[in-house]
Amino acid sequence: MSVLVDNNTRLLVQGITGGEGTFHGQQMIEYGTNVVGGVTPGKGGTTHIGVPVFDSVDIAVKATGANATCIFVPPAFAADAILEAEAAGIALIVCITEGIPVRDMIDVYEVMRNSTSRLIGPNCPGVISPGKAKIGIMPGFIHKPGRIGIISRSGTLTYEAVKQIVDVGMGQSTAIGIGGDPIIGTRFIDAIELFEKDDETDAVIMIGEIGGSAEEDAARYIQKHVTKPVVGFIAGRTAPPGRRMGHAGAIISGGKGTADEKMATMRECGITVVETPALLGETVAQVLAKKK
Amino acid sequence: MKIHEYQAKEILKKYGVPVPEGYVAHSVAEAVEVAKKLPTAVAVVKAQIHAGGRGKGGGVKVAKNIDEVKTYASQILGMTLVTHQTGPEGRLVKRLLVEQGVNIDKEFYAGIVLDRATGQNVFMVSTEGGMEIEKVAEESPEKIIKAYINPAIGLRDFQARELSFALGLSGDALKQCVKFIKALYKAYEETDASLFEINPLVLTKESQMIALDAKVNFDDNAMYRHPEFVALRDLDEEDPLEIEASKSNLNYIKLDGNVGCMVNGAGLAMATMDIIKLAGGDPANFLDVGGGANAETVASGFRIILSDPNVKAILINIFGGIVRCDRVANGVVEASRLVKPHVPIVVRLEGTNAIEAGKILEESGLNFLVAKGLKQAAEKVTQALAA
Repeated sequence: MSVLVDNNTRLLVQGITGGEGTFHGQQMIEYGTNVVGGVTPGKGGTTHIGVPVFDSVDIAVKATGANATCIFVPPAFAADAILEAEAAGIALIVCITEGIPVRDMIDVYEVMRNSTSRLIGPNCPGVISPGKAKIGIMPGFIHKPGRIGIISRSGTLTYEAVKQIVDVGMGQSTAIGIGGDPIIGTRFIDAIELFEKDDETDAVIMIGEIGGSAEEDAARYIQKHVTKPVVGFIAGRTAPPGRRMGHAGAIISGGKGTADEKMATMRECGITVVETPALLGETVAQVLAKKK
Repeated sequence: MKIHEYQAKEILKKYGVPVPEGYVAHSVAEAVEVAKKLPTAVAVVKAQIHAGGRGKGGGVKVAKNIDEVKTYASQILGMTLVTHQTGPEGRLVKRLLVEQGVNIDKEFYAGIVLDRATGQNVFMVSTEGGMEIEKVAEESPEKIIKAYINPAIGLRDFQARELSFALGLSGDALKQCVKFIKALYKAYEETDASLFEINPLVLTKESQMIALDAKVNFDDNAMYRHPEFVALRDLDEEDPLEIEASKSNLNYIKLDGNVGCMVNGAGLAMATMDIIKLAGGDPANFLDVGGGANAETVASGFRIILSDPNVKAILINIFGGIVRCDRVANGVVEASRLVKPHVPIVVRLEGTNAIEAGKILEESGLNFLVAKGLKQAAEKVTQALAA
């Protein structure tokens, strides 16, 4: 089954005529994603990378029956692009853009909270269900279809986990990059819930990092509601407090949001936490072997 | 982005938030001059650095007259101020804020910050003014009163009243406080701030609510909307290596360890630092070279990492997705010939064209420690440190 993305995905690319939109739009098509069109205001009626371009998401949805969108719009306009997709009723909105102001995301979050649409990101690599479709910028070829779900706040660290899973002879049902910003549309809890319900996912890897308390919230949820084994890692044990470590959301503030704190809570809640990301793959294999 | 207290107060004043009259001074003479303009004989001389705890460190003094202003200004200017936020190395004081004395009746706390759990801004007040709010949060969380602000309707009057009542205010002071809270929130929203802390917020004996201190941080991502704030950046408060790195578009944070690292992606960069620690070293930096790891970025990265004399080894960890590893390898070789690093370099390249990349490194004739996988990378770091 996999989650969020599959062969039924009909994808739009917002910002398709820009550099990123063009490159990754093509990559997604090559991977086999059904890209049904793109949106660039003012360029409606043209064709780009082999798909029709529309002036608005609304027109695009009516013309193509799109049910998902991938946003490559610059930070100053990205919040608006998300809201446009939501207003057009797109079920899955994946926003890759990094650098959206928090004030804009507060408004977006308020709308998404009351919406039937789901937002992934922003500031994320996207979502991939290997062998079926990918929405985002992850390198498709490192993935392999399988039964492990991955949820991560980071891009390249997700790829690391993906590779290790493949190295131990397994694959992924879906890998979700939820994004490194302080306000994101889909959090660990939401993603874990999806994997718990997915009968093609046997175990979940959860890769968090310093800042906020989303990992702790998810850990408590997992303890109560999740039956599948979860293996976790938190990046940033050596990060100094008060400094933003690349991601806008990766900051220890007021002594809160440290890696040690998160790891401790996750362990208390029954998650298998690895000390080093080098052991993610091996640990998943061990945990699953034990279960059998 | 962080700014100084005096800059923060200038901005707050524009939004109608009451602040003491005060002026910035860069020299003792300037301090004396501006002190004469103040409406009170008593003047407060405050060190301006981007760190809290200045009072305890001796960076804030109350002067009873101009002579004392002179004495204190010469003491504080040029001093290396050490507070719990500066680290043991402290911060050199180059600017002062000289402001009027205030008759304090009561001290409170007011702060605004993003609450990540709700995705809303939260306005916090406390009767425990002047104390570290983190301590209050830990020891007596019930003393912090919060109002969550629904972005659709903004901060409401009733919320401002509730916060003011929570401070035990009544009469004129209550009205003043409501006004203060509303003005402060407006300033927060319109400036795209990421943190406001007024600690202490004081009630004066004349029944005025006034921001005695002000800490203001802005959201870096929103600075394109506020070109007027760019000039407020004080490069003296930043690490020179970090400034250098930002010129090359590298995301670099200087740390105290002995193993430098160069990584693509923030999460993997943090994880690489953690691996260095587990391998028996200490990370000397955080460095995310982003998606465009080429000869030029690698060379800039080398230069920055190597200008830190504590660095005994370097770990390059790149997971090539869209980035091709053979190109990164060529970049590493080229940069090494250019910069000639004098410390062992562990290279781990994974992903697109990783095998070709390995060959390029081996055939370069340069002495790289090539690692396969994260585990081996850690082992090679340990090895490099032992050598």
